[in-house]
Amino acid sequence: MADTISPPNETNAHEEASSARSHLKPASPTPGVAIHPTTFAPEEPGGDNWNLNFGPQHPATHTTLRLVLELDGERVITCTPHIGYLHSGFEKLGEHLNYNQYVVVTDRMNYISPMANNIAWHHACEVLFNIQLTPRCTVLRTIIAELARIQDHLLCVGTAALDLGAFTAFLYGFAEREVINDLFEEISGARFTTSYTRVGGLMQDVPDGWAGKVKTFCKKLPKTFDDITSLLNRNRIFVERTKGIGFINHDDAINWGLTGPLARASAVRRDLRKDEPYLCYADNWDGQGASAVEFKVPIAHGGDVYSRYLVRLEEMRQSLVIIDQLIDGIPAGPINVLPDDKQTLPDKNEVYFSIEGLIHHFEQVMTNRGHTPPIGEAYGANETANGELGFYLASDGGSAPYRARCRPPSFINYQCFPSLVVGHQISDVVATLGSLNIIAAELDR
Amino acid sequence: MEPSTLQVIAVLKQAFPDVDFAPAPLMHRGDATGGVEQIYLRVAADKLSAVTRFLHDDERCDYAQLCDLTCVDYLEFPKARNRFAVVYSLLSLTRNHRIWIKCFVNDPDPEVPSVTHIWKGAEWMEREVWDMFGVRFTGHPDPRRILTWEDFKAHPLRKDYPLRGRGEREDYPVLTRDSR
Repeated sequence: MADTISPPNETNAHEEASSARSHLKPASPTPGVAIHPTTFAPEEPGGDNWNLNFGPQHPATHTTLRLVLELDGERVITCTPHIGYLHSGFEKLGEHLNYNQYVVVTDRMNYISPMANNIAWHHACEVLFNIQLTPRCTVLRTIIAELARIQDHLLCVGTAALDLGAFTAFLYGFAEREVINDLFEEISGARFTTSYTRVGGLMQDVPDGWAGKVKTFCKKLPKTFDDITSLLNRNRIFVERTKGIGFINHDDAINWGLTGPLARASAVRRDLRKDEPYLCYADNWDGQGASAVEFKVPIAHGGDVYSRYLVRLEEMRQSLVIIDQLIDGIPAGPINVLPDDKQTLPDKNEVYFSIEGLIHHFEQVMTNRGHTPPIGEAYGANETANGELGFYLASDGGSAPYRARCRPPSFINYQCFPSLVVGHQISDVVATLGSLNIIAAELDR
Repeated sequence: MEPSTLQVIAVLKQAFPDVDFAPAPLMHRGDATGGVEQIYLRVAADKLSAVTRFLHDDERCDYAQLCDLTCVDYLEFPKARNRFAVVYSLLSLTRNHRIWIKCFVNDPDPEVPSVTHIWKGAEWMEREVWDMFGVRFTGHPDPRRILTWEDFKAHPLRKDYPLRGRGEREDYPVLTRDSR
């Protein structure tokens, strides 16, 4: 499938990690048995081990999540994550909002890269409705999805360093994130709560000159990557605190359900953009034989925090390669599928200045009318920065989904966390947590 | 159906001759306009452990990853005969193939066997389904609620649970300076 890019100076992280925890009694001696839970209250108070409550409000947890660590000195014996602090019933809300309204809720899931959630949500909707996008919309969505990936990875790479005390790389990353936020503000009107996509298209077309700004931004971005690389890749403190930490091997990564950069850092060759291609990652995306965009999928073999950092860094460079191929040839034409099909909301100019447009809009937004999907179920997934973000939609033929299940990458990636940190020191917990890039709003939904 | 899907169904029928898998697409599209093919199989709760274990272990199936595990409450669904469907979304990385499994269960005591001993990643997803739908998973190593708190009695994603809740937010005990 993908070309393999091995990380430089690769050591055998597996051996290091196994030696680091060899003094411990294994938490689950038989493979295949899930980890044993522990409760917050120690059963026999006064023992040598002590319990540490980590979070829910702690700078290193980034968001609201809580860990209960049982410690022997500084070494983690057991780790019990408690989640649900930000549970806000997104899936219940999804059953009461229609397919266009719910995009607002997806902004608030992974708020680090809201555009990616918008695109993933409406990708699933379009699988359900069976809609083919217009070429212009396909290209714009691909460019935006890659910008969102860079946006997410810049934060993750930056905070991975920040958690270990390196402040400069974080600021380099955040300066560029600001530019991406500005680019998104220009097309959607909001920096974070973008809500940019609609069923069968986009909220509005991009303004004139936007492509040029993206191009200028992409030209100077590699310099930032070089800066981060030179700051961290051979930084002795960073490398020693990340290599061999939070190790997970190839088979376990698959068994735990890991996707995205976490899985690829454990040598799992899986990227939905290559394996189940959509948008411009698929051949013939414009209906006239256009070939898919070319890019490489970085794979690392270390399986540790350092490998995840390297995979994310390289993925950003590959995102630039994708944007470079598309930005000069954004096709002209409509952004929404043709209004004659009554599948999308009409243009606002039509609504305000023509009676046909007004009727069309009114019929679309009335609760007992509108463009409704057939009865049945569908699953659509995108490769977002954190992994596979999928939506399992059940439709009873109404204007709102009957069930809108979100397959959140954060939730599924976070499960294996106790098995990653047991045996490590408490400071490694912070490094590992940063490398998983857990966003609690997506974790709890 | 795609050849790889047909092959899996053939292998399964050979291994479990007495089970009717009733393969069907998740979405019946009346006209042949294409769309993505997504096939699900029906498996009863008593056969679920054996079938999922076979799908994971057999090298012709090789569903190494449990991509998603969720539940749908069909209480208000048109023409539905069963109440809950626990939906397993299986992914084979070597064959790049997905298949869905639906296990239908009903009130008063919906219960399916846990698959955590096959896929470790099922652990939290099963806890979430228990929390949100009240479907029990027998043999789960840690059957606590995950998103709501332990004292919470309802299962909020059930269709008979109202959108605005049952007043849990209003009835919550409030601690003041004097209540010590």
